[in-house]
Amino acid sequence: MARIEIDGQSYDVQDGDNLLSSCLSLGLDLPYFCWHPAMGSAGACRQCAIIQYKDAEDQRGRLVMACMTPVKEAMRISIDAEQARQFRSDNIELLMTNHPHDCPVCEEGGECHLQDMTVMTGHTFRRYRGRKRTHNNQNLGPFINHEMNRCIACYRCVRFYDEYAGGKDLQVLGMHNNVYFGRFEDGALENEFSGNLVEVCPTGVFTDKTFSARYTRKWDLQTAPSICIHCSLGCNTAPGERYGELRRIINRYHGEINGYFLCDRGRFGYGFVNSQKRIVMPGIKGQTETTAEIAENHFRNLLKYAKSVIGIGSPRASLEANFALRSLVGEANFFLGLEDAEHTLLNAIVEILFNGGIRSPSLRETEQADAVLIMGEDVTHSAPRLALSLRQAVRNASFDMAHKMHIPLWQDAAIRQLGPIRSPLFIASICSTRLDDVATGTYQGSPDDIARFGFAIAHCLDESAAEPVDLSEDEKSLARSIAKALKQAQRPLIVSGTSCLSVAVIQAAYNVAKALPAQDKQLTFTLPECNSLGLAIMNGRPLQQAFDSINDGLADTVVILENDLYRRASHQSVDGFLEKAAHVVVIDNLENQTVGRAELVLPAATFAESEGTLVNNEGRAQRYFPVYPAADPIRGSWQWLTRLENSQWRHHHALTAACASAFPYLAAIVHAAPQTDNIIKGSKIPRQPHRYSGRTAMHANIKVSEPGQPQDMETPFAFSMEGAMAHVQPALLPVIWAPGWNSNQAINKFQQETGGHLRDGDAGARLIKPSGSHLPWFGHIPPAFEPEPGLWRIMSLPHIFGSEELSLQSTPLAERLPDLCVLLNPQDAESLGVDPGDPIEICDPARNFLLKFPVNIEKTLPRGLLGITAGRPEFQPLKFLDQVTLNKANPEQQPNSEAPL
Amino acid sequence: MENMDKPLTKNIRPDRVFATLADYESTGGYQGLRKAVTQLQPKDVQQWVKDAGLRGRGGAGFGTGLKWSMVPVDDDSSQTRYLIANADEMEPGTFKDRLLMEQDPHQLIEGIIIAAYAVQASIAYIFLRSEYHLAALRLETALRGARAKGYLGEHILNSEFSLEIHLHTSAGRYICGEETALLNALEGKRATPRAKPPFAVVSGLWGRPTVINNVETLCNVPHILNYGVEWYRGLSMGADQGTKLFGASGRIKHPGLWELPMGVPIREIIEEHAGGMQDGYKLRGFLPGGASTDFLLPEHLDVVMDYEAVAKAGSRMGTGTMIILDDRTCPVQMVLNLEQFFAQESCGWCTPCRDGLPWTVTLLKDIIAGRGRLEDLDILSGLTRMLGPGNTFCALAPGAMEPLQSALKYFRKDFERYIAEDNAVVESA
Repeated sequence: MARIEIDGQSYDVQDGDNLLSSCLSLGLDLPYFCWHPAMGSAGACRQCAIIQYKDAEDQRGRLVMACMTPVKEAMRISIDAEQARQFRSDNIELLMTNHPHDCPVCEEGGECHLQDMTVMTGHTFRRYRGRKRTHNNQNLGPFINHEMNRCIACYRCVRFYDEYAGGKDLQVLGMHNNVYFGRFEDGALENEFSGNLVEVCPTGVFTDKTFSARYTRKWDLQTAPSICIHCSLGCNTAPGERYGELRRIINRYHGEINGYFLCDRGRFGYGFVNSQKRIVMPGIKGQTETTAEIAENHFRNLLKYAKSVIGIGSPRASLEANFALRSLVGEANFFLGLEDAEHTLLNAIVEILFNGGIRSPSLRETEQADAVLIMGEDVTHSAPRLALSLRQAVRNASFDMAHKMHIPLWQDAAIRQLGPIRSPLFIASICSTRLDDVATGTYQGSPDDIARFGFAIAHCLDESAAEPVDLSEDEKSLARSIAKALKQAQRPLIVSGTSCLSVAVIQAAYNVAKALPAQDKQLTFTLPECNSLGLAIMNGRPLQQAFDSINDGLADTVVILENDLYRRASHQSVDGFLEKAAHVVVIDNLENQTVGRAELVLPAATFAESEGTLVNNEGRAQRYFPVYPAADPIRGSWQWLTRLENSQWRHHHALTAACASAFPYLAAIVHAAPQTDNIIKGSKIPRQPHRYSGRTAMHANIKVSEPGQPQDMETPFAFSMEGAMAHVQPALLPVIWAPGWNSNQAINKFQQETGGHLRDGDAGARLIKPSGSHLPWFGHIPPAFEPEPGLWRIMSLPHIFGSEELSLQSTPLAERLPDLCVLLNPQDAESLGVDPGDPIEICDPARNFLLKFPVNIEKTLPRGLLGITAGRPEFQPLKFLDQVTLNKANPEQQPNSEAPL
Repeated sequence: MENMDKPLTKNIRPDRVFATLADYESTGGYQGLRKAVTQLQPKDVQQWVKDAGLRGRGGAGFGTGLKWSMVPVDDDSSQTRYLIANADEMEPGTFKDRLLMEQDPHQLIEGIIIAAYAVQASIAYIFLRSEYHLAALRLETALRGARAKGYLGEHILNSEFSLEIHLHTSAGRYICGEETALLNALEGKRATPRAKPPFAVVSGLWGRPTVINNVETLCNVPHILNYGVEWYRGLSMGADQGTKLFGASGRIKHPGLWELPMGVPIREIIEEHAGGMQDGYKLRGFLPGGASTDFLLPEHLDVVMDYEAVAKAGSRMGTGTMIILDDRTCPVQMVLNLEQFFAQESCGWCTPCRDGLPWTVTLLKDIIAGRGRLEDLDILSGLTRMLGPGNTFCALAPGAMEPLQSALKYFRKDFERYIAEDNAVVESA
């Protein structure tokens, strides 16, 4: 710590920090544009000018940029000095010379950092009489609007996109006051984190195109703290609603997980909530009109008269919904509803995470790693936000170098100029990954080979770990060099996951982690869905046994919770199962194949209209809250399952508590959200900002008299603008706002320090306690993969926009789906006589035709493997086959007409 | 014949036939290098140059030996260090380095090799202004010649020292002359200046210690080594050491360049060497050191050309090449011409420069077109303060403000006359 004097007052600030960050951490107002807490200082905008005095006597001082000036013990500065105030005001005047002043029609208006900073400096009168320069705007694809005339050239966009996120297609072009931030030509931004431009841009150059379509001012949006449901990382989000429609999602700061950034799936994948495919009414087969009461009675009767009822849970439903179902059908009749291979994997992962004795890190902790090994994952596609963190982790070596050279860590450009000094990152994967550009070394192989390679690394680290035989010299030497790099690291990190569908890969990852000597080693797994880990902890039975139980006549009625079984098992087996079951009840929010087969369909609320607890891949339980009330008769799944007379839970918190006491591993979930007793006692937290407009009139076209505000009996939030905001823990704030700070950058008012943890703590409860003991070495090493002539093994490769079930129903994402094609090794393609783009017939081993798709060549894909996009409905018929045969197809015919959608 | 008073230009012939390697060697060329690499330690070379009092000739006047001594000594010497000759001569009115490179390229090459030896750099670059085609040709030829004779390459003159020199021709922007923007340009990035600290001597090209010297500065070095510190210190007439190329352009009888002792009075340059004003023209003022220096007036003619004296008079010696303002040229239009150049050449990185310079241009155009207002002069002087030293990311904008702020001081009546005559008069005084 250092003691400094700001405008005559003494403060303790962080040594080595820059003055801008220090002032903001102290809660002082100092305007800025180019500095970003996650990206450091640039010195470009010159907005954070202050006066620095030489010593106690100096009265004049000199103007310095706070963001470029390091804190020094006993330094004296002034934010308020007239010269500094004038400079900041004049600076705004300059950068506004070309700004169109189109706030009334600009979508940033009301949450614009440029507006806030302009007001803060007091610049009100425009003296510039010249013409404004104008730019052409580009079509940047389905996610982002581009309005370059508003640009104030703070360079944040390119610093984020190119330098922080590793993008290649957004650049600064031109020079002087004609600098242009855009692509070389029109086209969709390619980087998976492009949506952050919306929040990184301090004004309205980059705005959310999905929001534009149904635009509402920030102050008119109703918002509640939420959790992203599109992967297993549990990023915190702030979804906004108006008129019963989810309008957008923005980042909600979490100091341990997502920080300031989301991936594009998390930000733009929400469209399913408003989809035409939403189930809005209950349905009973054979009846045309159904009310909630009739449906509920039907449900009650089915349960009452059933011989035996089984329940199938879901990794995309909350802990509480799954627990309510489990309670309804009984522990013995509860099945997890996971693909069988995945079920086994998740069990293995739960065992390792809880009893393996190795810490599972938060994303912030992964960014501290000084050596990383990824086994079997293309992280950008399976857990995108983690890839962004790993991209920062490789910079740790350059931070160490900077430290030695006395370059402060916030001096971003200076550190990048040190050159490509990277901490080791090794990636073993099925084929090339989006992080290869920053990798020290890569290895491509089949899942079995990846596992063998991992076992080899573990053996190099510790000879008591099992050793695979018959590795090639190249493999051995790469394994040795990886082992050496990991061994030297203080904070090594092993990343693996379920993408390979291989237990051996997961066990090998554990062996490597266990073999590492470092105290601060970490092991993390990426999982398929938002509550995969939570569901796995519940320890239900495998799906195949559910099928058996119906097929064998042990049960006749099945309740399926938020789960399209056709994604979990072969078409044939699900068909048979649903055929055999006398009564099928499905609770879900979107139409799908399983819903189509149900006798009774109950409309379920999405994450945006309901509450629940999810467990992310780190083992952190987090609560999401309804943003707006579900339109009657849609209800939260847990409510459908607990409204029956025999249910003991009237309220969600009671259900959470019961779930916590039923599973020791879940005991901490009652702490998943900050304690809210005192808030509830007094008044609730408003979901609507205090400037929310039109409340009395917004439904006047339906009914002239103002309806009462909907009551929320389940959460500490109110569907209202009234309530207490003053003492709310920041982790519970629906809207980030502070006086004078209308943009998301107001978050600095709620952090312990800029870029640090939220005041009163980040949300969520870690369920995994560090255990001292390790599991024994895993020793089951698979044999090396040998391609069999004429047979190809199916590899489901995740894709950020193609694989996740719900986001696939979001229109903007549909425009970014990967090409519908299968991947082949070039030599395999040659042996089949196919060129890129040629259609190929895919047949089962008995040569029965299944599907036809164009071929793409992937030179890093090993021979004998056929790559398809995981989770893509078009490929579903292939998913449960081990092997296929391939034939060059007659190109005259149109490829793939039979694929179910 | 050796001309010991004019070491820098002694090989430069009036007929513009350039000095070959043999010509250069015949007047003591590469003797300084031989002495350095065979008799002196790198530290000694640094000390010689420090003792000689050589200051950078690119405009800032930083001590050359001092700069060299700032390269970290405890740095891992197995890693590359770089030496860069800043030959991106783009200051309007300045053409001194061009003459040195076109007419006597070996002098620069020898200077680079000695400087590289002094800082133990193993790779050097000549960052050459893109339009200097002739200089590029002659430097390439000279580099080949130097390599062939063992002055350059592995084990120079059988010593332990090795150096490679690459000629890099710039893509062409004024800002590339700013040494950290030059580094970015050389790395293939946008030519945007870098924040200082860290300084290039610590973290320069690709993060490695890098010394960047002006062409003329480097051209002094062989002679210091060859003839010694005492001789060098005897060349000057004033507080700074050595000789310098001084130039003048504008309505004088003989525009040109002359190698003269440091400390020569400005009057001598204009009246003797440049032959005084052309007939019918009177001297109204001059920019003593290129476009980005403050105007001085005829009353300053007896100021001598060294760094301190010119600064005391209210301007900078800069590159030492003067632009003359005569009584029939409008100072307002001259300033507009300059500001248009600077506004055009702003890299666009920091706000005051990027948006302040175009506003300056707009205001000057308005004034000249008769649309000016008296308060515009306040805005202009406000901008000269706003874009002043320390407020911007690099020195471009403060340099651009120097002719404007001094014009507002010395020629305010000319500005006011435009504003008073509200028809759009565009004629000189």
